[in-house]
Parts: sequence; structure tokens; C-alpha cells
Amino acid sequence: MFNKGWVIGGIIVFVAAAAFPFYWYQIGQGKPFPKLELPAKEKRCVESVEFMRANHMRLLDAWRIAVVRDDLLIYTSTKGDKFEMNLHKTCIGCHTSTERFCNRCHDYNDVVPPCWDCHVAPSEIGKGEQS
Amino acid sequence: MTLTRRKFLKAASVAALVVSARPSAGRAFELKGRMSPGPKALQAGQWGMGVDMNKCRGNCRDDCLAACHEIHNVPYIPKPEHEVKWLFLEPYENAFPERSHRFLSKRVREKNFFLLCNHCEDPPCVRVCPTQATFKRQKDGIVMIDYHRCIGCRFCMAACPYGSRSFNFRDPRPFIKKINPEYPTRHRGVVEKCNFCQELLEVGRIPACVEACKEGVLTFGDLEDPTSVVRELLSEKPHIRRKPDLGTGPSVFYIT
Amino acid sequence: MLEKTLHGGKGYWIWVFALAVCIGIGFIAYLYQLREGMWVTGMSRDVSWGFYISQFTFLVGVAASVLMVVLPLYLHDFKAFARITALSQFLAVGTLLMSLLFVFSDVGMPMRILNVPLNPTPGSMLFYDTVFLPGFMLLNLIIGWTAMGAEKREVPLQWWVKALIYLSMPWAVVMHTVTAFIYAGTPGRGFWMTAIMAPRFLVTAFAAGPALLIILATIIKTLTRFEVTEKAIQKLVTIMLYALIIDVFFLGVEYFTVFYAHIPEYALTFQYLFLGINGNCALVPWYWGMNIAILVAIGLLVIPGARTSRPVLVAACVIALIGLWIDKGFVLVPAAFIPNVFGRIMEYPPSWVELTISLGIYALGTLIITALYKVVISVREETEIL
Ligand code: HEC
Ligand code: HEC
Ligand code: HEC
Repeated sequence: MFNKGWVIGGIIVFVAAAAFPFYWYQIGQGKPFPKLELPAKEKRCVESVEFMRANHMRLLDAWRIAVVRDDLLIYTSTKGDKFEMNLHKTCIGCHTSTERFCNRCHDYNDVVPPCWDCHVAPSEIGKGEQS
Repeated sequence: MTLTRRKFLKAASVAALVVSARPSAGRAFELKGRMSPGPKALQAGQWGMGVDMNKCRGNCRDDCLAACHEIHNVPYIPKPEHEVKWLFLEPYENAFPERSHRFLSKRVREKNFFLLCNHCEDPPCVRVCPTQATFKRQKDGIVMIDYHRCIGCRFCMAACPYGSRSFNFRDPRPFIKKINPEYPTRHRGVVEKCNFCQELLEVGRIPACVEACKEGVLTFGDLEDPTSVVRELLSEKPHIRRKPDLGTGPSVFYIT
Repeated sequence: MLEKTLHGGKGYWIWVFALAVCIGIGFIAYLYQLREGMWVTGMSRDVSWGFYISQFTFLVGVAASVLMVVLPLYLHDFKAFARITALSQFLAVGTLLMSLLFVFSDVGMPMRILNVPLNPTPGSMLFYDTVFLPGFMLLNLIIGWTAMGAEKREVPLQWWVKALIYLSMPWAVVMHTVTAFIYAGTPGRGFWMTAIMAPRFLVTAFAAGPALLIILATIIKTLTRFEVTEKAIQKLVTIMLYALIIDVFFLGVEYFTVFYAHIPEYALTFQYLFLGINGNCALVPWYWGMNIAILVAIGLLVIPGARTSRPVLVAACVIALIGLWIDKGFVLVPAAFIPNVFGRIMEYPPSWVELTISLGIYALGTLIITALYKVVISVREETEIL
């Protein structure tokens, strides 16, 4: 009833398709890492660069939960600096271009955070006046 | 026991289920202790509002509505079916259908009442939300929507007896006259409503509509605090609430 | 057993192809809705739930009616139903898949749907539906499938399958009750705020399920060698008839309470449904149609000669099904929003996009049911216990 050739062939095709993300990722490693536009005046981020690089999404997640759900506002960093937990005022206050900072790195890593559908990216400011 | 193909497949699928259902490894990430309220934040047990309709002359071209909708990026969508509104006006007979009758005085009948989310004590919308995207904040009693979590099922709109909630039937951005970058917009597919300007309260400002009303119609304060302006107003003047018989305990009071 | 679905005559493949085309069209319509937002549906700020949620409600009812087949068979040992349990269980699998897809099409942010299991909220009735619906679907799939396997190999049911069957009985009742609670627990919607909602949901379900089963059994009979015995059919007729009569009683009780007590909040929607308000009367013919259809169906079924004639019986079933569908699958949901909380009227006509997506979902469910029925019929034809 079953044709061995077809079954094995099918399994190979399936495994190849299922593993697609893995080797696609490997291919992506070949791209050169883009140059990020860093803030000119400031020296320090909210936390250390290593921490930010690895954890900024979780930091932001914790921030929005704190602001929206727990009515908190101020974040004290490990170094003791105080920041308002606000995507627009704080992050974009220093990293003034999402295109040349966040997006460049995200494009490289193939992540598309949905934040800018609602939060106003700097390039969007002043738009919408046509209607 | 021989391992037949059937048995193998069954065991494999059960194993796959177990593996995929395994709770994702707990994240060792603790930030809670580093967060605090804003230094100037206004605090209350339950924020509430008094609306003195005797003072509202209604000839100010709706400054209160405009102020709110501008700072919160509320789109103006002309088609009433897809309208989004946080604050709105309704005549007495629509705002208080259970109280209206033929003999209403002309003064009351012709007035447009100022309506918004009632930030109920026992909100039905919170009860029905399947994701806790809408919730009553323990600290200050504000009924919030977490726009990051809302799945847009609109159960809360069915449950709200006050028609305070709007759904983003379409992308709101093209319908916003001037985007205020300080406050995020919403996108299509989520429900939204008045948040008692929690983003202003946490930096020490009172809600935008209260600030905008020059005639002193709107008073805002802590309902738990007997000395607050709202409580003083309520102890002086007779007042009503919308649909009190439903037991939701609205925090917005009308003086007529 | 699944390979049975790949062997069929020309008619079978034409049918499958037609369903596939409908699914494709529905899928394209869904992509359009996803891109544009929900404004392409007929729903509005006032009528915020419509055709999708209605279909969900109706189809959960059809699925819950499995109870009316397994209960007589396993608790009262009514052997004639042994032949149709699989049909009924696989029908439930298909309808529940459809109802889940209808809920999915209704949400504004489908990509966030996992937020429901990630933030389990026991206070929300919708949460229970997301637990009980997939659970019942799986339960019936497992029971039906293993029962077919046992039948094929002509061995008795394993003990754990029986245990699952007993579990599925209360499950069906609870599942449909929580569906009713979605509506019956919303203050401010007088049309829904009635304790009779859950009982009425159950009886309309127990009428709609058998009606559909009789129709399906008749179709299968004309197309294949598989036939459901007249004894089983007549039992289904009895169940359906009683359910319809109880439904009429419940409706009457509701009408009395509402119109005699005459509290505007509760009476206005009924007034709108029966007479219209200020010339707004889009649902009036439908509502009258529902009431009349159910009475006509009862009339046809109580005549002893009529219910033993298959064409008349099928006609009665179709009429009853139409009535029950209008009730739960068309009027129940949007009507509660008319008049809205401000006493204003915004009527609700479903849009073409909405109807096309619904067509696609119905086609998908039908395809699943067709495939599962194909397995049942092939197994039966093979083992020749016809
Ligand atoms: C006070 C200004 C300031 C604020 C506020 C700020 N950043 Fe930074 N950020 C910097 C600077 C300066 C650097 C570069 C640090 C370095 O290279 O040593 C940086 C680096 C980073 C990096 C690492 C880039 C790399 O080179 O890999 C990330 C990611 C980042 N920031 C994200 C954020 C996010 C998210 C926020 C908001 C929560 C934020 N930043 C807020 C100033 C700021
Ligand atoms: C150094 C590179 C880098 C920079 C710069 C950077 N990100 Fe990221 N970001 C990432 C990576 C990589 C991920 C994906 C992490 C993952 O999937 O676990 C990510 C994920 C995120 C996520 C979560 C997305 C999701 O789908 O869960 C958010 C939110 C985010 N970034 C916001 C920002 C913002 C805002 C900035 C600019 C202020 C920024 N990031 C700058 C690398 C970067
Ligand atoms: C559906 C629209 C929407 C999306 C998408 C969205 N946000 Fe928000 N977010 C809001 C709104 C609205 C608020 C303000 C809530 C309030 O204060 O009432 C907010 C508040 C926040 C806050 C706290 C205060 C502030 O204004 O910054 C943070 C932090 C935040 N969001 C982070 C994120 C991140 C990170 C993402 C992307 C992963 C994101 N948000 C995506 C709508 C959105």
C-alpha cells in the first residue's frame, strides 16, 4: 500500500522545509552588521550596552506593564540614573531616529516590533494633517 | 510488545504534545524593585468626576471634547458606524433613557450631557474580558485598557451598559488631524475608551477635559477622600448617575 | 482509515472541489478583512457583534446535540442509535471547528489570539468557551475515530473510550450553558438578560441537531448503500418534537414576562422584533418567520402519517432548522444591540465580505464532515453490517 520511495522522499522534503528557518538564519549571518546611529551628546544608555543589546525588549515589556497596569513611572537604573518609563520621551529622546537606530538592527535580525503602529515614530510626526 | 507503526505514531504525537505544552523556561529577569511612581503623581483611592450641568451653557464649541481627542489622538471618523469617541454629548433622553418622560423641563430636555467612561466600581467590561486587557487598577480605580494585550473580541462593548467603548474598525491614523507624538495612537482591531488621563495624572496634571472647561462644569477628585472637591460638591448638591440600578457603581456624577 | 477519503466516485470529487473553491473564496475575503480592518463587515459601534458570533452560537448548539444521541444509546441502551453515533459525533467535530473559526474571524487582532490561553481569566465566560469547545471537538474526534476502528476490526469498545463517552455527556451541557452565559451575563442588554437563555439554548440545540441529522441521514441514504434504520429516525423525530414544543413554551414564557411586565429595557427589543420601531423593521420578517417556522414544523411533526413519510419529514426538518437558525444564528446576537444603550436604533445588515467569509467557513466545516462521513460509510460498506 505504501511506496517506500515516496515516503522517504516525502520525509526528506518535509524535514528540509521544516528546517528552513535554521539555515535561512545561517545565510543571514553573511550580511555585514549595519552601522547604528548613536546619540551624539549622551554617553550612556539606560543600562549597560550589553544588557540593552540582549534585553531591551524585555525592559520595554516590563516598562509598559509597570506604566499601564501598575501606575508606576520612574525607572532607576543599576547606576542610579532615573528615567521616565516612556518609549517616546525616553528611548526616542536619545535615539532620535528609529530608522537609523532601532530599525537598522531589527532589519538585520529580521524582527519587526509592532510598536510603531501606535507609538509615534519620529518620522511620523507632523503627518496626518492632510485630512 | 511490538512497536507497530500505529503505536509509534500515537506515542510520538503524545510526546510532541507534552514537549510543546511544557511551560517556557522562566525568565530570570527582575526589575520590579527599580520602579516607582512619578514624584509629582496625583494619587487617589478612586478617581471620580462631577458634572454640573447647571453651569454648562453648551456654547463653548465643545472645548472639553476637542482637548481630550487632540491629546489622545482620537480619530475623527465621520461615518457614525465606525466612530471612535472617548467623550461625547447626548441629550438627556438618550443619556438617561430610564429617567426621561414627557414632562421634562425644556431646560433639561434641550441640554447635551457630557458623557464618558464611568470608571465603575464594579465594571462589567472588566468582568467579561477574556485576556484581562481591560482591568480596574487597584490603586486609583481607573478602568484601563492595555492596548498591547487587547485581542479585539468586543465582548466589553457588549457588556458596557453606557456605550463608552469604541472599536477601531479601521486604521485611525489617516483620520487624526494632527498626531500628538507624546501619546500613542491605536491601530485597527483594538477597543479604546477614556482613561481619565492617567498619563497626565502620573505627571501631576488633572485630566485635559477638566482643564479645558472654562465654566467650571467639570470637577475631578478622589471619591474616597471626604475633603476632595468632588465629595464637597456631592455633599452640597443633589446628583444622579447613569443607570445606577445595574449596580455598576459609576464614578461620574451629574448635577442637573 | 483516513485513506478512505481518497477513494471516491466522480460526484464525490466534484463536491470536494466545489467546497474547496468556496473555501478559497472565503479565504481571500478573510485576507481582505484582515488588511482593511473590520469596517468591511456590517458591524458598527452600536451593533458590535453580528453574523460571525451568531454562527458561532448556532453551531455550538448543533455540536452539543450529540448528547441526544449518546444519552439514549449509553444510558438507556437504545441500540438503534448505535448506527448514528459516529455521524453525530463527527458532525460535532465539524461544527465546532466552524464555530472556532467564526470566533477567530470576529476578533480584531487575530495574531494576538494566544493572549487568551496566556492570560487565563476564569471570570470571563468567553474563556470557558475557549476551553470547552476545543475540548469537546477533540473528545468527539477521539471517540468517533476509535469507535470506527473498533467497528472495523469488529471488537468491542475499549474501556477508556466508554469513560470518555460518559465524560462527553455533561461536557455537552456545560459547553452550551457557558455559551449562553456569554449573553445572559451582560447587564444593560435587556434582550439577553434572561435566566431562560441557557435552558432555551439547550432545547433549541436539541431540536436543531436531530433535524440536521435526519436531513443528513436522508442524503446519505440516497447517495450510498448506508441506511439509518427507521426506528432510529423516529426516535430522533420524537426528541426533536419535544424539544421544539419546549422551545415554544420557553418562548411564550419569555414573551409573557416581557410584554406583561412591560419594562422598557426588556420589552423594547421585542417590540422592535415584532413590530419595528419608528419604521426600523429589518428584522421583523425574520422574527415572524422564526416563530411561524417553528410552529409549522411542530404541526407537521405531530401528524402521525406525516412524520413517517420521508419527504414530509425532511421538509419539516428543513423548516425547523431554518426557524432555529434565524433564532440563534441570525437574530439573537444583533438584536440585543437594537435599540442601543442610548435608545437609538442602528440596524445591522451583514456585509458581503462577512457573508463570503462565512461561506468559506461553512464550506471548510462541510468538507471536514464529508471526509469523516466518507470514512464512516466506507467502513460500514466494507464490514457489511449494513
Ligand atoms: C540617555 C540617553 C539614552 C536613552 C534614554 C536610551 N539610550 Fe539606548 N543608548 C544610548 C547610548 C549613548 C548608547 C550607546 C552606548 C555605548 O555604545 O556605549 C545606547 C545604546 C543602545 C543599544 C545598544 C546598541 C548597540 O550598539 O548594540 C540599544 C539596543 C539601546 N540603546 C536601546 C535603547 C532603548 C530600547 C531605550 C529606551 C528604553 C534606550 N536605548 C534609551 C543612549 C540612550
Ligand atoms: C543591537 C541591535 C538592536 C537595536 C539597536 C535595537 N534592537 Fe530591538 N531587538 C533586537 C533583536 C535582536 C530583537 C529580537 C529579540 C528576540 O526575538 O528575542 C529585538 C526585539 C525588540 C522588541 C521585541 C519585538 C518582539 O516581537 O517581541 C522590541 C519591542 C524592540 N526590539 C524595541 C526596540 C527599540 C524601541 C529600539 C530602538 C530604541 C530597538 N529595539 C533597538 C535588536 C535590536
Ligand atoms: C495598539 C496600539 C499599541 C501598540 C501596538 C503598542 N503600544 Fe505601547 N502603548 C499604547 C498606548 C495607547 C499607551 C498608553 C496607555 C495609557 O497610558 O493609557 C502605551 C504605553 C506604552 C508604554 C508606557 C508609556 C509610554 O507612552 O511609553 C510603553 C513602555 C509601551 N507602550 C511600550 C510598547 C512597546 C515596546 C510596544 C511594541 C512591542 C508597544 N508599546 C506597542 C499603544 C500601543
